[in-house]
Amino acid sequence: MAYLDHAATTPMLPEAIEAMTAQLTVTGNASSLHAAGRRARRTVEEARETLAEALGARPSEVVFTSGGTEADNLAVKGLFWARRGADPARTRVLASPVEHHAVLDAVHWLGEHEGATVEYLPVDTYGRVHPEVLREAIERNPDDVALVSVMWANNEIGTVMPVGQLTAVAAEFGVPVHADAVQAFGQVPVDFGASGLAAMTVSGHKIGGPYGIGALLLGREYSPVPVLHGGGQERHVRSGTLDVPAVAAFAVAGRLAAEQREWFAREIGGLRDELIDAVRKAVPDAILGGDPVDRLPANAHFTFPGCEGDSLLLLLDAQGIECSTGSACTAGVAQPSHVLLATGTDPDLARGTLRFSLGHTSTKADVDAVAQAIGPAVERARTAGLT
Amino acid sequence: MTENPQRPLRVLAAMSGGVDSAVAAARAAEAGHDVTGVHLALSANPQSFRTGARGCCTIEDSRDARRAADVIGIPFYVWDLAERFREDVVEDFVAEYEAGRTPNPCLRCNEKIKFAALLDKALALGFDAVCTGHYAKVILNEDGTRELHRASDMAKDQSYVLGVLDEKQLAHALFPLGDTVTTKDEIRSEAERRGLAVARKPDSHDICFIADGDTQGFLAQRLGKAEGDIVDESGARLGTHEGAYGFTIGQRKGLRIGTPAPDGKPRYVLDISPVNNTVTVGPAASLDVSRLTAIKPRWCGVAPAGPGTYTAQLRAHGGETPVTAEVVGDELQVTFDEPVRGVAPGQAIVLYDGTRVVGSATIATTTRATAVA
Repeated sequence: MAYLDHAATTPMLPEAIEAMTAQLTVTGNASSLHAAGRRARRTVEEARETLAEALGARPSEVVFTSGGTEADNLAVKGLFWARRGADPARTRVLASPVEHHAVLDAVHWLGEHEGATVEYLPVDTYGRVHPEVLREAIERNPDDVALVSVMWANNEIGTVMPVGQLTAVAAEFGVPVHADAVQAFGQVPVDFGASGLAAMTVSGHKIGGPYGIGALLLGREYSPVPVLHGGGQERHVRSGTLDVPAVAAFAVAGRLAAEQREWFAREIGGLRDELIDAVRKAVPDAILGGDPVDRLPANAHFTFPGCEGDSLLLLLDAQGIECSTGSACTAGVAQPSHVLLATGTDPDLARGTLRFSLGHTSTKADVDAVAQAIGPAVERARTAGLT
Repeated sequence: MTENPQRPLRVLAAMSGGVDSAVAAARAAEAGHDVTGVHLALSANPQSFRTGARGCCTIEDSRDARRAADVIGIPFYVWDLAERFREDVVEDFVAEYEAGRTPNPCLRCNEKIKFAALLDKALALGFDAVCTGHYAKVILNEDGTRELHRASDMAKDQSYVLGVLDEKQLAHALFPLGDTVTTKDEIRSEAERRGLAVARKPDSHDICFIADGDTQGFLAQRLGKAEGDIVDESGARLGTHEGAYGFTIGQRKGLRIGTPAPDGKPRYVLDISPVNNTVTVGPAASLDVSRLTAIKPRWCGVAPAGPGTYTAQLRAHGGETPVTAEVVGDELQVTFDEPVRGVAPGQAIVLYDGTRVVGSATIATTTRATAVA
């Protein structure tokens, strides 16, 4: 088996499993005052400190959530409500059109149900938002912008956004910026404190931690309106009893992601480069998606003209190679990726995509398997054509 | 399996989300074939279609199919054939009704989608066969030719809707349910035994792309109201209708004629004329058809030379009737031994030699035993 879908989820690190299983045997609600509660709280707060350190944040800026999707929703909706609450004129939301659906659909919902005016910032052919584009959009009316949401790195095509430059522009107008850094964490340097971001999303299971845990890094001056109301945990921003085992394991994975980032970029990035070379050698007209240089080290995204991504997936799956088309499904039917369409890719071409994403368990053997299989698979998928 | 179970095939199992296709896929996998499941998305907008569990076009059906594939332990994909389905089946269905004929969309789907679009793609991707949950048998002769036969269990037989398949299509078709004498209850308990959650799912029936089973409503929406006359055999006006497409030859109910027939006997639709938008009604005896011509014949094997005697089936759940049939030019000319009722242009006639499917054609014209005035 060659598992090359780490961007979907990556195996848990042994250290994280150890931390999680250890906590699973212990009782304690981190909100309780007795000894068991105090012990749980200590575990949670240590985890918060660990994660904060891994991400260049203060511990108080770490708000645990159930994962990336919830953190994105809290940031986008919560900040919109808070900003508009402070000034009713602020109804404009600026987002890139290549966002993950957790942001895209949340933003769309605000437009449909909360009277937000949603504006999608144009991207270049690599899927990147340029600072001057953001400036132009804000300058049209700086007073009505509620927030900006631009992902740190794209989950499909791997392009890294100029986050620092974007926040610098927004800061001139006092506009908060949120970034979904789910894919960036552990792969490129992510420093929340230095980024100028108001809020930033990270997720456990993309970095070798458990499913069902994530965090919103949230600047101390921001108080988004909660999406979940209840016991008032997590700065009253995100209620709900904390999942202590998951929090502990997430922190271990986060620490290792930060510590091993350079190793990851070098070693896994090297394997990824080999994979790109091998695919190009086997299929000379394959088109590499995203920025060829400034991209996630573990991402290789290709468009194969004349193929259906689904057919390629089926053919590779039959040979034990597990990857993704990179695009979302509607009722199980593969749709051309919104990311590719936003970069100006022809819709027919956009149907023939594959995303290979490597991770900490990837090996040369995985790359060799792709190198062997991809040529014949593309040839065969082309015979089947586009239905 | 229908043939040579020793040789494992790469099989693409069409899985509708119903119990039959799930059990068919499971049997194919159990027989040692390398099976991949595929659900066909046939509606461009699945959410707007059936919300119950009767059709083949809903998200529920797609999930049920996937769930079954997971239990069987085979890969599963959803293929979007909505555009082809719309062009080849739905539009054809509407156009046929508009022309005053009565089409069978299931045959059309088997001919153009399951054993054409789907089969072509499957073959291109390296599969050997398409497997479905139809009840029919494929027999491989010593000389390598293939025959399509009725299922072992006549009550479940679906060879009628497969009568459009030619030998090349048959060569790549697998019908794992056709060999066994199986009641629906047995299929359901087999599904139960295999842990397939669709075991108790209600049967699908009617037309999968008509959400509520209201064919008239569907046609009215597509074709609009077109008021016209209902006349008797003499041409006397008996009432009006809101669209000639809403009628089928042999139909008795829903004519909404105020005045009863002089003899007090029920009246039936005898003829539909889209040209002058008129529906002709009359007594049952006038429905009797003695001969018909049918077009676009398709043969499961070699086309018969010269006139021959066969049995014919005229509807999906109809009985058999003895005929003499002959190919003349592009047409199939059929004479019934005894007059039959309710034969509508657009329907398929499938010819059988014993249990063997000889071929099929689309009914174009009929000749009444007693001439309509």
